[in-house]
Amino acid sequence: MTRFSRASSNPSPETNPAPPRLKSDEGPAMRIIVPLQGVVQGRGGLVLGSLLPCALFYFLQLYLKSRNRPSQSPPSSPPTTLSTPDDHHASPSSPPSASGSTIHRTLSRGLLSPRSHPNVSSRAAAVARPDEDSLYYVGYKKCLRDPFHRVDNPEGIIQLGLAENRLSQDLILDWLEKNAYGALLGGDKPGELNIMGLTTYLPFDGSDNFKNAVAGFMGQVLQESVLFDPSQIVLTSGATPAMEILSFCLADPGNAFLVPSPYYPGWDRDIKWRTGVELVPVPCRSTDNFNISIPALERAYTQAKKRGLKIRAVLIANPTNPTGHVLSRDTLIDLLDFVTEKNIHLISDEVFAGSIHGESKFVSVAEVLESEGIDKTRVHIVYGLSKDLPLPGFRVGVIHSYNETVIAASAKLARFSSVSAPTQQLLTVMLSDKQFISNYLEANRQRMRRMYLLFVDALKQVGIECANSEAGFYCWADMSRYITSYSEKGEKKLWEKLLTVAKVNVTPGLSCHCIEPGWFRCCFTTLTEEDIPLVVERMKRVTQGPK
Amino acid sequence: MVVKVYKPCVPLSAIATSSTHGEDSPYFAGWRAYDEDPYDATTNPSGVIQMGLAENQVSFDLLEKYLEEHQEVSKLVNGIGGFRENALFQDYHGLNSFRKAMASFMEEIRGGKVKFDSNRIVLTAGATAANELLTFIIANPGDALLVPTPYYPGFDRDLRWRTGVNIIPVNCNSSNKFQITKQALEEAYAKAKKADLQVKGLLMTNPSNPLGTAMTRPVLEEILNFISSKNMHLISDEIYSGSVFSSEEFISIAEILEERGYADAQRVHIVYSLSKDLGLPGFRVGAIYSYNDAVVTTARRMSSFTLVSSQTQKMLSPMLSDVTFTKNYIKTNRERLKRRYNYVVERLRECGIECLHGNAGLFCWMNLKPLLEEATTDGELKLWETILKDLKLDISPGSSCHCTEPGWFRVCFANMSIETLDVALSRFTSFMEKRRKT
Repeated sequence: MTRFSRASSNPSPETNPAPPRLKSDEGPAMRIIVPLQGVVQGRGGLVLGSLLPCALFYFLQLYLKSRNRPSQSPPSSPPTTLSTPDDHHASPSSPPSASGSTIHRTLSRGLLSPRSHPNVSSRAAAVARPDEDSLYYVGYKKCLRDPFHRVDNPEGIIQLGLAENRLSQDLILDWLEKNAYGALLGGDKPGELNIMGLTTYLPFDGSDNFKNAVAGFMGQVLQESVLFDPSQIVLTSGATPAMEILSFCLADPGNAFLVPSPYYPGWDRDIKWRTGVELVPVPCRSTDNFNISIPALERAYTQAKKRGLKIRAVLIANPTNPTGHVLSRDTLIDLLDFVTEKNIHLISDEVFAGSIHGESKFVSVAEVLESEGIDKTRVHIVYGLSKDLPLPGFRVGVIHSYNETVIAASAKLARFSSVSAPTQQLLTVMLSDKQFISNYLEANRQRMRRMYLLFVDALKQVGIECANSEAGFYCWADMSRYITSYSEKGEKKLWEKLLTVAKVNVTPGLSCHCIEPGWFRCCFTTLTEEDIPLVVERMKRVTQGPK
Repeated sequence: MVVKVYKPCVPLSAIATSSTHGEDSPYFAGWRAYDEDPYDATTNPSGVIQMGLAENQVSFDLLEKYLEEHQEVSKLVNGIGGFRENALFQDYHGLNSFRKAMASFMEEIRGGKVKFDSNRIVLTAGATAANELLTFIIANPGDALLVPTPYYPGFDRDLRWRTGVNIIPVNCNSSNKFQITKQALEEAYAKAKKADLQVKGLLMTNPSNPLGTAMTRPVLEEILNFISSKNMHLISDEIYSGSVFSSEEFISIAEILEERGYADAQRVHIVYSLSKDLGLPGFRVGAIYSYNDAVVTTARRMSSFTLVSSQTQKMLSPMLSDVTFTKNYIKTNRERLKRRYNYVVERLRECGIECLHGNAGLFCWMNLKPLLEEATTDGELKLWETILKDLKLDISPGSSCHCTEPGWFRVCFANMSIETLDVALSRFTSFMEKRRKT
């Protein structure tokens, strides 16, 4: 941990050229003075100009050196879940130690450390920084170190911060056990092995068979209200790269997307990181049931324009995350009108389209396009198999676009993020088993509904109300009455209390850019019914405990 | 009267509309020609034979045999195995067992001469992703990487497209069998400085693609000294390390680092993949091995965009950890590649074509300088077109690989059956005979 903090504390590494190399037999003093002369430029006289900064620099190095003690992280526990988790948890072991003959150089390196190491890019430095300010990841990490287990660790942290669905994975596993071997290795004759088709290069954006199967599945999820054309699909290793690739195609570095908030915290990393695209949150309000407001989008667009920020798209999730709403047809039409008027794109992240537990029928933006006769080339859908099917480890994401250039570019960019061949093969068979899929979707829906009701009711018992949600793996809980000061700071304090006292990891609204303090996203799909009373007990520690 | 309605076009990014994907070069044009008219022994015997794709099909029967014989693996093949609760989920550390298996396999390839720590392995969906990831990590937009020529045409795209990083070639030529020299390194570095570009690293492929040669110890030492002196990173793309015909002839940068007590090792990053040695390009399994903690941490997080399917990891883990299997596989694969290489070189020599003396890889570096009408890139491309149109052979022109000497071509021989290879070689023979007569 401390080693990378050394690298990332480099001041703007991309602008400081590497200093002239110093020979290792020169005295320590020279190593300090020579690089500094360029900085100081002899101002304040040679004595003051050299000695004072030297002294300061020397003390700075000593301070840095004293901070950089090697740390041993605990060995990683079996990985449990995937989202965009942080990595503190299993830090690499320290590199093999230098042999005796290089002790002298190691010492000097301690004094000069930021300069004699090759730097990482500013992009890398930004992400190598410890994520202390991102509670979304901090909570996840803490949970990994002390995970709740009914038998082995009953006092551990209960994970309610990760949107994963374990409610129906048994159904998937059963199917796999019965069918997977045949699906993967079946040759033309029973018992014959033929892996040739698996091993060779496939098109980077997915094989035709797999595209057909995924397009068919997407249609099935929407109950055949839309027919998806496989040639308008690019497959990627997860929705995470799908979103990034789309961002690379729709915007240049320094451009921005308008994003109704609260929104999925992962986008801050996934979209902004390497593309250089900004995300401008457009707050939705509880008084409005957190619905998207076109006037708010208008205002945000105008303000951005004034700042000289070019907006290239509106990014929405439908169903929404973290609020769990299904967008109405009217809202979709309004959004389409808005982006048409501004001549920008609309990105609709529909990863939870098959995870509706409420009564509303899900309407995809694709469906609205069909009926409203709007220019389709500005509308792009992101989808994936990590939510509607519990297969996040298999890495399957989808870009669906009517824009030929976007599809062509995305297909090429997919080379960096392709779906593994055996996975394509296996899932082609699974997704083509329409009966199984239909049974799965229905069974899962019922289980989600049941768990949602139980969970919301449990929270109610401890005085926590949830906003009405109909989709997703989570509920959007209002805990504002339990925060001491109605502010970001107050929310953070409550979050910490929930983590350390109730030992429950939930996602605070501020990670989702919610402007109203006190809202928390709580996922219920990794729980079993037996866990619910325990959750109630834990929450009581905070809701009924001392403030 | 038809009224043309002009619809305003929604603007796209520069990346989407640029041609930095580099796919306009003959390297890819040849592939397209193959796609349109692919050779098939029975249905299309006069079709284009693909000799421009470095794929290894000589040993996949060994993989099939393994899966057939190891019934317990068949259960794992469905991607489950192990703990049912965690079966379908994973995070970006990848499965511990799989990282260990990769480390073990990489050690086997190097004859046990080095040890790899599985915690330093970051998994990516292929070496393509690994190279791009490292470029994102060590360089900023506008910076430069030095890459010795001739190099894999895909680098133009993989290292530059989204990263915005420039490639400065380190030019090598046939006078010394295309080996990298200190002078060439210094020249390239000076060129970058003159153009006001910050050089952040050197990316080398060892064994080389397209040359098919393993780098020698003195050259590796020279390179390590160079990158240290210039305070830059070194990426050693060793994806063909298991395809060196004789294990003694491959020296990994890891060995040199170990000999030096890992001094300055934090500059060095190794890229590996199962696409070439194991002939599993479709599986999308690549890895970064870095001696630099900051790079490992960052690469791991950035690998979110390019994770390896957990099913695939589970499937391959037992096989790669099975030392009996891997020892035998590596040995057999090497022997078969060597046999093919010798066969191809001999047949070509018989009809008057010489190749660079190679000791690795899935291809040979063929010298067609004597056949050029003019010793220029144009001359080379004319010859390439002739070979594609008349011989119906897709081979890769050196200019696509940024070779400064016109007339060299990369010819892949491991991606087809021996029968198809014979057909291809006989086409060369007839071509050369015809030329002799005219």
